[in-house]
Amino acid sequence: MAVIQEHAKKRIKEIVALHKDEPTPLLVVLSQIQQEFGYIPLEVQEIVSAEMGIPVAEIYGVVTFYSFFSLKPKGKYIIGVCLGTACYVKGSQNIIDKFCELLKIKPSETTPDGRFTIDALRCIGACAIAPAVTINGKVYASLTVDRVERILKEYEGDTQR
Amino acid sequence: MRINTPEELAVKIRSCEACLAKKFSGEKGHKALLVCGGLGCISSGAAEIIDVLKSRIKDKGLSGKISVDSVGCFGFCSQGPFVRVYPGETLYRMVKPEDVERIIDEDVIGGRVVEDLIYIDPKTKLPARTEKEIDFFKKQTKIALHGSGIIDPENVEEAMGYGSFKALGKVLTTMTSQEVIDNILKSGLRGRGGGGFPTGRKWQFAFDQKSDVKYVVCNGDEGDPGAFMDRSILEANPFAVIEGMMIADYAIRSSAGYFYVRAEYPLAVARLKKAISLMEEIGLLGDNILGTGFNFRASVRLGAGAFVCGEETALLNSIEGQRGMPRPRPPFPAVKGLWQKPTIVNNVETLAVVPYIIRNGAEEFAKLGTEKSKGTKVFALGGKVNNVGLVEVPMGTTMRELIFDIGGGIPKGKKFKAIQTGGPSGGCLTEKDLDTPIDYDSLIARGSMMGSGGAIVMDEDNCMVDVAKFYMEFICDESCGKCSPCRIGTKRMLEYLQKITEGRASLKDLDDLVELAQAVKENSLCGLGQTAANPILSTLTNFRDEYIAHVVDKKCPAHVCKKLMEYYIVPEKCKKCGKCARVCPVSCISGELGKTPFVIDPLKCIKCGMCFSVCPFASIVKR
Repeated sequence: MAVIQEHAKKRIKEIVALHKDEPTPLLVVLSQIQQEFGYIPLEVQEIVSAEMGIPVAEIYGVVTFYSFFSLKPKGKYIIGVCLGTACYVKGSQNIIDKFCELLKIKPSETTPDGRFTIDALRCIGACAIAPAVTINGKVYASLTVDRVERILKEYEGDTQR
Repeated sequence: MRINTPEELAVKIRSCEACLAKKFSGEKGHKALLVCGGLGCISSGAAEIIDVLKSRIKDKGLSGKISVDSVGCFGFCSQGPFVRVYPGETLYRMVKPEDVERIIDEDVIGGRVVEDLIYIDPKTKLPARTEKEIDFFKKQTKIALHGSGIIDPENVEEAMGYGSFKALGKVLTTMTSQEVIDNILKSGLRGRGGGGFPTGRKWQFAFDQKSDVKYVVCNGDEGDPGAFMDRSILEANPFAVIEGMMIADYAIRSSAGYFYVRAEYPLAVARLKKAISLMEEIGLLGDNILGTGFNFRASVRLGAGAFVCGEETALLNSIEGQRGMPRPRPPFPAVKGLWQKPTIVNNVETLAVVPYIIRNGAEEFAKLGTEKSKGTKVFALGGKVNNVGLVEVPMGTTMRELIFDIGGGIPKGKKFKAIQTGGPSGGCLTEKDLDTPIDYDSLIARGSMMGSGGAIVMDEDNCMVDVAKFYMEFICDESCGKCSPCRIGTKRMLEYLQKITEGRASLKDLDDLVELAQAVKENSLCGLGQTAANPILSTLTNFRDEYIAHVVDKKCPAHVCKKLMEYYIVPEKCKKCGKCARVCPVSCISGELGKTPFVIDPLKCIKCGMCFSVCPFASIVKR
């Protein structure tokens, strides 16, 4: 059970209030919560439900439907490996396999120390520089398997969670 | 400053045109540098190039004389980052931050072309200084990409100086709604999102509905993996898309517009929002636009990562704050759409060409293309092709022109195998289809479809069964689960493909797969399921022998399917350096440095390919 702190509760209510004039703003609200807090656990969904008058079941249905929403916190560094067609035909499966092998986790999992999450991304539209990987928004272009280890080393010095 | 009347708009447009012309003409020794701000170029250092350009220009005290702007995608992504210098339009490619100094000193100040930074035609080996001389650009006609790579996408005045809002002014002052619709009908414009439904007819349906509230929705949920034209258009010239939406709105007499854009495209979303606020500032969005009594508001809604939301009824559910599941049709959105009101859903590219049609006339647009597919189409050319990028060609261009003339052929002298269009809903075209003019109907006749315009080239190293499996994994993952033919059928089809690629399938499985594919096709609720089997059916038709090789011979001819291939060190070629053994993560390679050739233990090998990629002597082969 996640315990939601008072200031977080307040912020969530603010976010709901921010969009109250828009028609059917549930997705907008959830997107902003996801963006600010990094995940939308059940307890947060309950607050949203109470504020918006939408059943929790419905909100849970929406949260689990869209891949952008997460029920669990993600790692400090989110490694997004593009598995779009252009990247795939240029070998991105091997790239993601290598990340998984080195970090000893599967796609959409987070390392136990909370530092890395690997996400398999649908096309990010960077087909010209395939295979492409993004780490917290920074794009790595035309990757090869042997560069994966070096890229992870860039983040090694930073051992903070 | 607010623009209050059509006359004021005309005056403003003229002054913006003069301003832009001046910027590019080199008047009073002024030079303009445009840097490609497309995702490909940014990822390969364009942002740093802009910073260095600006700081060097400042250091030299030339800030007033030389302008530097980041503009939308130039399209020729594989040669980026680009800097284009005006006047003269000299195009520098693969620019690195350390080249900036020379571009400023030699070209901008000295007036000499920096020879080693311009494109060299790989066929003739001759330098090509401007885009007019480069094969990649020669066969293109830019309509949807109008302004892309030329105007600053965050500057409404530059947009006005390059054609924007002329069509809006014309529509609001001289045309009735029906005339606008007639014009679009006459132009022959068909939806660019994939289906190819005539845009004018869609508008007519919505116009004919009696309702006090109607909506226009722009579908920017570009989910087809391998397609990025909508992103590029929104990033390069968002004003054109907004203008197109306003014209659509005027035509059906709607009340408001919504842009639904993928959350994966943060820059496109930011540019779109900026464009909306800039237009609000000068009164081109809001109430009583140009004093004509026309009101229009546009807002942006973000997708949240669900491919099925590209289907128009699923998209509407998503805007309504629900799971993005499709609705049964009829009723069509034009009758009952967003919040049960008549709604038209148009793709980004479709809306982007609308201003062109109004500005230049339907006839001008209809001159381009084939009998039933008019105008141009933007393709995202990717995969195994030399000139990866975004290209806009008239409908009816052949795949051979697209891949070999514009695309520059296949890299590393490999053999062309197939081109996949239409993403997970489409199919592939092969050697025999290369000279077919491409349009909506010819692609469908060949078992593929236009889709949103992703065009992925594959060479001899790609396994077509694996490609079909890739798409089926995608569809299986993205199936919303509402109807059982799609939810269950795609999973079962994926299992067949897994069996085949792992060498566990029989010939009967192939027949069963086709039967199942037909069932899913005929019984699914929405386009996603109805087209889900296309990649399988198309590869089975064109590459049946490859399927047979997997099933009967238990071999993957392209050596892609890991269960059906192995890495092998050719003893005669091995230089005994041991590099492969050092990188092997499972220590399955043995041998004696400098003495005996190294050997891979096939039972322990996990087929990661590390040895293959590090061997300096190409002594390791797949077999």
